[in-house]
Amino acid sequence: MNQTTRTPQHIDVREFHSRARTAIADPKIRKNFRKAMDGLIVKRKDAFEGWDLEALRELGANIRLRALADLPDLLEQLEKKLTDNGVNVHWAIDGDEACRIIRDICVARNAKTVIKGKSMVTEEMELNHYLADHDIEALESDLGEYIVQLASETPSHIIMPAIHKNTGEISELMYEKTGTDLSNDVEYLTASARQQLREKFMNADVGVSGVNFAVAETGTLCLVENEGNGRMTTTVPPCHIAVTGIEKVVGYLEDVAPLLALLTRSATGQHITTYFNMISGSRKPDELDGPEEVHVVLVDNGRSSIYQDDELLDTLRCIRCGACMNHCPVYTRVGGHTYGTTYPGPIGKILMPHLIGLDEGRHLPSASSLCGACGEVCPVKIPIPDLLVRLRQESVDGDKLNPAKVRGHGAKRNALEALVWKGWSWMHARPGAYRFGTTVASRLRKLQPGKLGGWTRYRTAPKLAARTLHERMKERSQ
Amino acid sequence: MADLIKVYPPKPSHVYFYATCLVDMFYPDAGMAGIQLLEREGIRVIFPEDQTCCGQPAYTSGYHDDARAVARAQLDLFPEDWPIVVPSGSCGGMMRKHYPGLFKHTDQETKAAGIAARTWELTDFLLNVCHIRLEDLGEPTNVAMHTSCSARREMGIAEVGPRLIGQLNNVNLIEQVRAEECCGFGGTFAVRHPEISGAMVSEKVDTLTDTGAGAFVTTDCGCLMNIAGFAEKNQKPLSGQHILSFLWERTNPGQGDKS
Repeated sequence: MNQTTRTPQHIDVREFHSRARTAIADPKIRKNFRKAMDGLIVKRKDAFEGWDLEALRELGANIRLRALADLPDLLEQLEKKLTDNGVNVHWAIDGDEACRIIRDICVARNAKTVIKGKSMVTEEMELNHYLADHDIEALESDLGEYIVQLASETPSHIIMPAIHKNTGEISELMYEKTGTDLSNDVEYLTASARQQLREKFMNADVGVSGVNFAVAETGTLCLVENEGNGRMTTTVPPCHIAVTGIEKVVGYLEDVAPLLALLTRSATGQHITTYFNMISGSRKPDELDGPEEVHVVLVDNGRSSIYQDDELLDTLRCIRCGACMNHCPVYTRVGGHTYGTTYPGPIGKILMPHLIGLDEGRHLPSASSLCGACGEVCPVKIPIPDLLVRLRQESVDGDKLNPAKVRGHGAKRNALEALVWKGWSWMHARPGAYRFGTTVASRLRKLQPGKLGGWTRYRTAPKLAARTLHERMKERSQ
Repeated sequence: MADLIKVYPPKPSHVYFYATCLVDMFYPDAGMAGIQLLEREGIRVIFPEDQTCCGQPAYTSGYHDDARAVARAQLDLFPEDWPIVVPSGSCGGMMRKHYPGLFKHTDQETKAAGIAARTWELTDFLLNVCHIRLEDLGEPTNVAMHTSCSARREMGIAEVGPRLIGQLNNVNLIEQVRAEECCGFGGTFAVRHPEISGAMVSEKVDTLTDTGAGAFVTTDCGCLMNIAGFAEKNQKPLSGQHILSFLWERTNPGQGDKS
């Protein structure tokens, strides 16, 4: 059943443009995303009805900020508590090391089949491919992930991985891959998938899940889900491996309630998800169920590099709700696959450069109109537009006072563009030159070119006025 | 992000008018309309002759050294402690929200912060500082409004335009679907990502056209040239105007502005 194919993470800007063009010209993609995003926007709004949303966001932001401020200590505390609870803790500097750790656990248990709950960090490290290369079958059990895996695709949204497909497309896929009868009945299709997955759950050697919040105070792993597949993944197989980015830790159990309230409402407009799992260790001798062995893999994969910078650190507040995607006018137009990155949309644009380097991810920060919708809805108030501007600066080494720090910075700088801005700056920093230039331009406005690259492909050229406001005000004062 | 609490100053005797480069070169009528509206409120308008551009195009493109050089040339234009009014949420947002960061740890840090604190978007200033009362002298008409993203989210003034238009007895404001969605301008974004920007403005023009108003007003010239330029090129029955031009014309019919 291992049908996923390796998707290149490292995609240059031209490919982003060509994929964007293809997506924009595809009415099905446009319709699927627009419909889904419109629905999610309304659901989120309704779910926060009656709440003091700004106060809750402020609280959420501060909880995350406090946790990040204490991150090294909290991680040590988490490790100790988890170990006390009988959980095996592993540290991975990058995705490859995390994959090796998981493979080694599987090999030690002679495990051949892995059932997976939804986990973006395992997408980040391409765990499924790695395990397949080592003859271990990994099956996604989240319905969306299951569909994406059947289609040999990657998730197009971090919460709703198969949101780019409509029911008809899913039915055709399931018919082709699993023999499920063609149907537009969502319940029928879901039941069919459930039936096939149920058998796999019973026989899987290892369950791999993600983590939404790891509580340092108690060593509790919190897992938010709707389908029950998370609970099955973490309780039915004899061994459970939880994989998480190091930033998911929070200090106290009481931190979880506000974050959960924000997460589910922001993500899917739900007051609470159908399942909320709090995992505190392996099966005790007097317990009837649960795995006999629990592991946690704490993955860095570029995260600690952000930790050194106060501004970039805000990126790590993210609780992976996807609201920034749902409200992003660019994401809604081009869909998740256009980005070519594990995390698409606004959060992907500010996070991926740290994971893959700003040289590889240099197409990301510019693909935004800086409209600010993402920052406005972010439940933990990440200033996403400001971080996009920061990364734009880093990608062209544009600030001598604040030298760029992100790995791969400066890759987008080109001499011609830098010269154009230098010329622009020279003229606009000299009022006399500016007035002379703008006055001459207004006099020569008849000679203004009718074509201005990408602008006039869609619009008429802006028309220079016969006299500038400067001229008119000067005349007025005389 | 918008301020949680905004403290407006008392109505001043003078203001500095910071026109923005787009108004200066492409929409001087909107600038004149803004100046005349302020003067009608009894305020003396000072137009610093040496103003050029706030620096935003280079800033959002990542060329912060170049943006800083241009912004620095604006810092000495406002010597008195009078408010600085800007007929744009975007350029106003640049000065109010981004100047302090741009000049952090430089000799101009204090000056930039001082300028940021007294920069106001002009419609916000008219409504909430001047407490303007508009007497509509025009024929009955319908209009739609597009509030720029920076006016809406950075300056937090989404309610200002509709409230001003609401004072006009003969104007019926019709809200378009997805009013809060970006029109796709985004400065250099429209040139760097023409297809995405084109798809965005196409839908914005559709929703504005669907109101049936036939005309829209906006707080920002960037959005105006984007939306009206698309409508014109694609021969959509939609014309656009800066909200200041609209407010001035409605309250001074026949005069327009030809000064």
